[in-house]
Amino acid sequence: MSIQRNDWSLQRKGIIDQERHKDRVKEAIRKNLGSIVSNEAIILSDGKRTVKVPIKALDEYKFRFNYQKSKHVGQGDGKTRVGDVIGRESRGGGSGTGGGQAGQEAGTDYYEAEVNIDEIAALIFEDLQLPYLEEKAKKAVQSRKTQFNEIRRTGVIANLDKRRMILENIRRNAREGNPRFGDIKKEDLRFKTWEEVMRYESNAVVIAMIDVSGSMGEFKKYIARSFYFWMVRFLRTKYDNVDIVFISHHTEAKEVTEEQFFTQGESGGTVVSSAYQLALDIIKQRYRPADWNIYPFHFSDGDNYYSDNEEAVRLADELISTCNLFGYGEIGEEGSSSYRRSSGALLSIFSDRLHNKDRFVGVRIDDKEDVYPALKQFFGRRGLDTPGISTVSVIK
Amino acid sequence: MEDREIRELEAAVEQIWQIAQGFGLDPYPTNFEIVPATVMYEVGSYALPGRYSHWTFGKAYHRMKTMYDFGLSKIYEVVINTNPSYGFLLETNSPIQNKMVIAHVLGHVDFFKNNTYFSKTNRRMVESVSTHAQRMMEYEFKHGRKTVERFLDAVLAIEEHIDPYFFIKRELSVEEEKRRAEQRPRDGRYDDLWLLDKTERDARIAAGSGERDDKDRGPRERLPEKDLLYYMMKNSPTLVPWQRDAIAMVHEEMEYFVPQMQTKIMNEGWASIWHARIMRALDLTDNDHIEFANLHSGVVSPQKGQLNPYYLGYKIYEDIERRWNDPSTEERQKFSRAGKEGRDKIFEVRELDNDVSFLRNYLTEELCEELDLFVFELIEEEEWTITEKRWEKVRDQLVANMTNFGFPYLEVADGDYNGNRELYLKHRYEGTELDLRYGRKALEHVYTLWGRPVHLETVIDEESTVLHYNGDEHGED
Repeated sequence: MSIQRNDWSLQRKGIIDQERHKDRVKEAIRKNLGSIVSNEAIILSDGKRTVKVPIKALDEYKFRFNYQKSKHVGQGDGKTRVGDVIGRESRGGGSGTGGGQAGQEAGTDYYEAEVNIDEIAALIFEDLQLPYLEEKAKKAVQSRKTQFNEIRRTGVIANLDKRRMILENIRRNAREGNPRFGDIKKEDLRFKTWEEVMRYESNAVVIAMIDVSGSMGEFKKYIARSFYFWMVRFLRTKYDNVDIVFISHHTEAKEVTEEQFFTQGESGGTVVSSAYQLALDIIKQRYRPADWNIYPFHFSDGDNYYSDNEEAVRLADELISTCNLFGYGEIGEEGSSSYRRSSGALLSIFSDRLHNKDRFVGVRIDDKEDVYPALKQFFGRRGLDTPGISTVSVIK
Repeated sequence: MEDREIRELEAAVEQIWQIAQGFGLDPYPTNFEIVPATVMYEVGSYALPGRYSHWTFGKAYHRMKTMYDFGLSKIYEVVINTNPSYGFLLETNSPIQNKMVIAHVLGHVDFFKNNTYFSKTNRRMVESVSTHAQRMMEYEFKHGRKTVERFLDAVLAIEEHIDPYFFIKRELSVEEEKRRAEQRPRDGRYDDLWLLDKTERDARIAAGSGERDDKDRGPRERLPEKDLLYYMMKNSPTLVPWQRDAIAMVHEEMEYFVPQMQTKIMNEGWASIWHARIMRALDLTDNDHIEFANLHSGVVSPQKGQLNPYYLGYKIYEDIERRWNDPSTEERQKFSRAGKEGRDKIFEVRELDNDVSFLRNYLTEELCEELDLFVFELIEEEEWTITEKRWEKVRDQLVANMTNFGFPYLEVADGDYNGNRELYLKHRYEGTELDLRYGRKALEHVYTLWGRPVHLETVIDEESTVLHYNGDEHGED
């Protein structure tokens, strides 16, 4: 029998395996980006840095009983009777958290991982860029970056490159006939030094247009909102000098603030051409195509007034001819997996009748998980010298 | 913690040890370690210090530590079943907390030493798991961390499916086998008869009758086999030696943990009843006594809705003691109980029972009523409703849920299904369905181990159903 108190400060096993777990979480996130991109917790995060998102594939799968179809034994306060309801199953078949007791083992269907939005963003933005970016007359200073890219014999001791120093030492010792490490002399020291790199980039403006007419229900607005959430984030992370113009429209279009753009709800009919006309006006007044790379994006359910379609196509053509790329996202009803071939829908009209489809990308979104592919479709890498590669609209 | 406090604690351990022995407890010698919370949670999440690395341990560690950091839960005590045993004390514990934990730990250690389900337990398991960890690390070095990790994912998916009575069929060591062979009388007058059997079988196999006969299988392949891990290790057509060794290590560790899974309620109840009695025997000041009473009621209080194993076990032992100390007239006449046998009886129970037999034998109608136990189930997929309060039904349900430590009972029915080395598993259905989403995923893990198509027979909506997985896709009929 004894009491001991040892030094446990070197005990790190738990922490090391926690890292292994984190690796698994990251891997799972990478595999599930599609569903994470449009997860409510992130889109509605309101500036929080970390959010909880459910992640498939992180469970420890075992043979186990179906909790919902099993009988369990519980304990009451002495007054329970047959027929008493002691908990309720949450609807939607998700995780069962019946009033206290049922939640205990009612296997949450998905593992909830705490994720950092910045980390997710980094993963998502890895392969995204503004397509067809061209050098324009007016340039803006982009950023100043330090790069450690040189090795010298003198320098600040904090920048000592130990690996190279050891190699040099061994090499020198070898030259002196004694190949080993040790007896370091001043001539073995190697230092890393840096250089300041300036990066210049062309000006760019993104014109975000959203349809807020009556037919844009909760789901449709949510989809458009998640797309723009990531787009704005993406532009601000990757480019210091991108202007974003927000336009919302129903039968009339107006320029709005970012906050209004993301929060307002309106109703009424849809006249798409009004937004395009306003975009063209703004370009004319503020963003000369000679100086600016211009990217208009428009999200709508495609339910345009029939009489406006001619005008919409004409203005879209005009936009395309002044812009680097015109992106149009058409949002379907939730869960309608097949493409509605209704002649009224704008996407099919665009793909039939636009004159210049080289710089047009049309995407149809029927499901939350389509947001990530849409982002990739609009901002995916394409070669500067292969214009027109993305003319085909993606039709699921 | 200051040296003075440690010396005080040493004195307390000595005193508690004396009291425990006076009560008739018989624990292994026990060493106590004072550790910071991180170490406490580490030992707690691995269940044994020094085990091999796997992300699932990291996940458990993270969860426990987060709960602790947010003040949601706190482990007071961790005990390791070895000889000598180890008890871990959280360095932030108060002196009274420490005393109670020490008493509680001695109760556990007495249980480990004397309960018959632990009679085959390896008491040097800490050393064993550290050699396992070493070997697992070498495999990671040789074959890559990812490879080993993925493989362990599959092994851990079926880790509970071992045979608790595995020691019965453990193979004899080479020496033992030799020794027994030597003892066997040789070349008796009729020994050539054995050869007849052999030649006949050889002839049949040569003739290619195709008929399979259980006698043709090696002794290792006696079916059905409940021990899935063992079966995979011995018979999987695709595993390479390091993989079989990894399964053997997990198997050995599970053999160590299974008795603990079989006696959760008994073990906690036993430790609780003795920490209470030992603490009462200590000469506590009034303030200390109040602190202890608070702690104790925190441990053995009923939680609304849930079943607290500490409380349930505690109440049953108390009830047994009472009924054997002071039997009713009926009990005296029917079972010829003499009275005043309570102490002896609970020591007998702690030696011979496991949770299943403990509940079946000693959960009485009066206790069910006093504890207000009930059966509840989900009605129309919406409301968790109390559906049964009759005590026999409640007891039987509890026993059923404890059977096979709460896991579905699966066994290997055929390792050469379709004559094609496919694996056929059977779920011994007893009224509760499998979680199918999990079942399919777990079947994928089984496929990883077996390397050829796998099948699982179970019951869905009261109809016999077979799930298939061939490495690419799932099937069902």
